[in-house]
Amino acid sequence: MRMKKLGGLLCLGALVLFTGCATPTIYSWGRYEGLVYTMYAAPDKATAEMQVIKMEEDFQKARAKNKPVHPGFHAHLGYLYFQLGKADEARRAFETEKANFPESAVLMDRMLASLQKP
Amino acid sequence: MVAGCKTAPPPDYTNFRAHHPKSVLVLPPLNQSTAVEATYGYLSTVTLPLAEMGYYVFPVAVIDHFLKENGMPTAGEMHQAPLEKVREIIGADAVLYVTVEQYGTKYQVVNSATVVQAKARLVDVKTGLVLWEGVGVAVESSGGSGSIIGDLIAAAITQAINTSTDRAHKVAIMANANLFTTPKRGLLYGPRHPKFGAPQ
Repeated sequence: MRMKKLGGLLCLGALVLFTGCATPTIYSWGRYEGLVYTMYAAPDKATAEMQVIKMEEDFQKARAKNKPVHPGFHAHLGYLYFQLGKADEARRAFETEKANFPESAVLMDRMLASLQKP
Repeated sequence: MVAGCKTAPPPDYTNFRAHHPKSVLVLPPLNQSTAVEATYGYLSTVTLPLAEMGYYVFPVAVIDHFLKENGMPTAGEMHQAPLEKVREIIGADAVLYVTVEQYGTKYQVVNSATVVQAKARLVDVKTGLVLWEGVGVAVESSGGSGSIIGDLIAAAITQAINTSTDRAHKVAIMANANLFTTPKRGLLYGPRHPKFGAPQ
């Protein structure tokens, strides 16, 4: 019993050591996951306005590196613009998400339709 | 080394291969830990590893807001949403249901260990079949003897008296890497990954 527990703990240690090396390669991530975390953990530090500024900066950086932005980037940005009442920017962002990732078409069409409402 | 940790047999990928999803809807996790912040602390760490494995991942915060505005105020209610509605309204191929089982830091006098453990189930939206299930765990310790193993043993026998949100969030990122990318137990590569179709 004691040995079994110890074995489990040794394995946990191995997992900690094992994880240091995963580096993403397909997409540019900017500060997206940190922003999503902060918008729930400390909402006043990640308002829609603040997030838009950071995401637009991150988009320019991704373009400069010629690396695609990740799934959901433009959808998230579009939703922020929608919350800020900027319908034109929101529409452009939702259409970009749909063009980059056709998998998002059903949801993006729904978002685009909601922009048509007065 | 890592494969030796678990006694359960390797998962069966038959359903996964037969109904290989292109897109994954990640719902806010159920929380069985004592930390109220676990649901959203964990949710914000799932997109990157899943997308880097080749899947389209729906924007997690947008989905959360959208479902809340449509009569599902909690993760528990979101997890009950009928699959046909998910397909019709969001257009996802698969849903990832995550349950956070441990999330927080255990302290004693000279050291502490932050533990995050989560289990996940990937379900095909069209058929309701379970495509994959897994458990991910990660531990980070600090202080104490300077030996990770020694600290883990010491920390494991202490009671949780506090939590550290930001530390747990960082450890959640490691737990996810273990959950999704452990060879022979993690997810198969998705259609947007260069190794799609190759053995996992």
